[in-house]
Amino acid sequence: MSITKQNKPAYPTLPKTSTGIIGLDEITEGGLPTGRPTLICGEAGCGKTLMSIEFIVRGAIEFNEPGVFVAFEEKSDELAMNVASLGFDLKKLQEEKMLRVDHVHIDRSEIEETGEYDLEGLFIRLNYAIDSIGAKRIVLDTLENLFAGLDNQAVLRTEIRRLFNWLKEKGVTAIITGEKGDGNSLTRQGLEEYVSDCVILLDHRVINQISTRRLRIIKYRGTVHGTNEYPFLIDEDGISVLPVTSLKLAKQVSTERVSTGIPALDEMLGGKGFYKGGSTLVSGTAGTGKTSISAYFANEACNRGQRCVYFAMEESPNQIIRNMRSIGVDLKKHIDAGLLQFNATRPNMYGLEMHLVAIHKVIKKFKPAVVIMDPITNFINVGSVSEVKNMLVRLIDFLQDEQITVMFTALSLNTIVNEQTDEGVSSLVDSWLLVRDIEFNGERNRGLYVMKARGMKHSNQVREFVISDDGLNLIDVYLGPDGVLTGSARKQQILLEQTGAAIHTHSIGRKDREIARKRKVLEAKIASLNSEYESVEEELNKVYLEDELRKQILEKNREEITRIRRGETATAKPTGGK
Amino acid sequence: MEIDEITEDKKWELRLYVAGKTPKSVTALANLKKYCEEHLKGQYRIEVIDLLVQPQLAEGDQILAIPTLVRKVPEPIRKIIGDLSNEEKVLVGLNIRPA
Repeated sequence: MSITKQNKPAYPTLPKTSTGIIGLDEITEGGLPTGRPTLICGEAGCGKTLMSIEFIVRGAIEFNEPGVFVAFEEKSDELAMNVASLGFDLKKLQEEKMLRVDHVHIDRSEIEETGEYDLEGLFIRLNYAIDSIGAKRIVLDTLENLFAGLDNQAVLRTEIRRLFNWLKEKGVTAIITGEKGDGNSLTRQGLEEYVSDCVILLDHRVINQISTRRLRIIKYRGTVHGTNEYPFLIDEDGISVLPVTSLKLAKQVSTERVSTGIPALDEMLGGKGFYKGGSTLVSGTAGTGKTSISAYFANEACNRGQRCVYFAMEESPNQIIRNMRSIGVDLKKHIDAGLLQFNATRPNMYGLEMHLVAIHKVIKKFKPAVVIMDPITNFINVGSVSEVKNMLVRLIDFLQDEQITVMFTALSLNTIVNEQTDEGVSSLVDSWLLVRDIEFNGERNRGLYVMKARGMKHSNQVREFVISDDGLNLIDVYLGPDGVLTGSARKQQILLEQTGAAIHTHSIGRKDREIARKRKVLEAKIASLNSEYESVEEELNKVYLEDELRKQILEKNREEITRIRRGETATAKPTGGK
Repeated sequence: MEIDEITEDKKWELRLYVAGKTPKSVTALANLKKYCEEHLKGQYRIEVIDLLVQPQLAEGDQILAIPTLVRKVPEPIRKIIGDLSNEEKVLVGLNIRPA
């Protein structure tokens, strides 16, 4: 893993000529060495000619640098025909004097050699071709055909050496192609001995009946370059090379959150949903609603007006659209609005690397905010677990770089084993939702929980995941004395509780009334006792009063008697004394 | 260059491509003239093309090596490259003498 220096050195570095080929300029950090020859070698059919013609055509179209294509193999008409499928119009470029195709034909049967000769004729032709359009780029495809046409190897070798020197002096950026030789040699005729500046090896491998094209820079003098094998793809846009192994963990992160489209799920994820640019894995056994969750997520993104790419590996787009309509998600309207793009390929279509390249291309082109891959499990058909993991690491890296939120779905065949090892990707993703079957009471229900969610508060609860005509929803499961209850058992339990509550309120009412009655009785008793007490008190009071009265009367009587004894009148002053 | 030959004769039309007056070119031309005088007296025409002067002509006859002798007539076209020092090979190559 090379670390690219951010600060450019002050002294002049090797000037480079951009190839215009997607990805190749990144790997070579700028392109091919300007004014020097580069050797592209590889087996038959590995894309040498295509890569070199693309170098010329892109140079002419994108960089306004005219180029000469010297074909030792194909006639110019054939060549034009072969690359027309890639949208390269050689005829037009030739008319515009941006391209010159020179077919060098060598037929051994019509050539006799006698005495000394040199290849000055070829030099003159090249020189003329270059000067006629002021070419900056030239391709010799493939120079080795000279060896098939001419006998005198010694002359050829000296002349080829002279040719390379001459090209350097001429100051054109050249590509020389050569077919891979036997054993370790890069080319049949050892052309690599002459080209010292830049050698690129193309390779076309078939593993498990799936072909992958790869590219490696064997040497590039005077500059840093990527040293790994890079997969590349040839499609209707030409060649795309994928610089996939920039494994620096220095990504931009966002604190922005994106909704999952399911409010209850957002609630479980701290109320806001996933982080923007994060990766999420939804795993579960078959039929647990993984696709529904991802379709919801896609739908939500499109509703926000963001773009979304849906990589469908199992179902065709029409199938998904139909199925999602049944739960109230209309994906068709987003497709029509140009917000949603389906990309349906079988994983067996090509190798993992090719998938990665293809995914890159689609994403670069469509620039989505959300990407869905449903499911990643099927990649296992085309590679080993570690290869799939590797590929997904690179994919996640790439998506994170682009700040694209991604949702993967993965099928687990066996809930016990795969809970930890869904393609080994569970450790890579930022959040992981697990949908699982809860089999209970003779029915199968779905339970969803958040296994992990990096950097956010998340619920630790299992929720029942319900798919209905109205869409998806999450319901709190019932935790009763018998454990977690779902589905009809949960409903039953709820009903049971409601009944209980009703009965309870009823009985409470009756008790209240009884208490009221009792109080009334007691209150009546208290009243009667009170009146009884009052009558007793009155009786007692009456005795006291009578006593007092008698006492007073007695006193009065005694005084009266005393007065009478003293003979005094009733008006005479009492003398006192008691 | 123009082909305005009367085809009645068994005419040999030969073209020698050179690039300036290099020793090889000079030798080739001398050799060619010698063989023609010996074997095809009066029936041949030699045209010398200097590619340094007319580089655009190299493509037409698919010239790579210098010097190259091209037998335009009689058909089919034959090419002999080199300084033509081997008389036997030249005569066979030009179909003057059967192999």
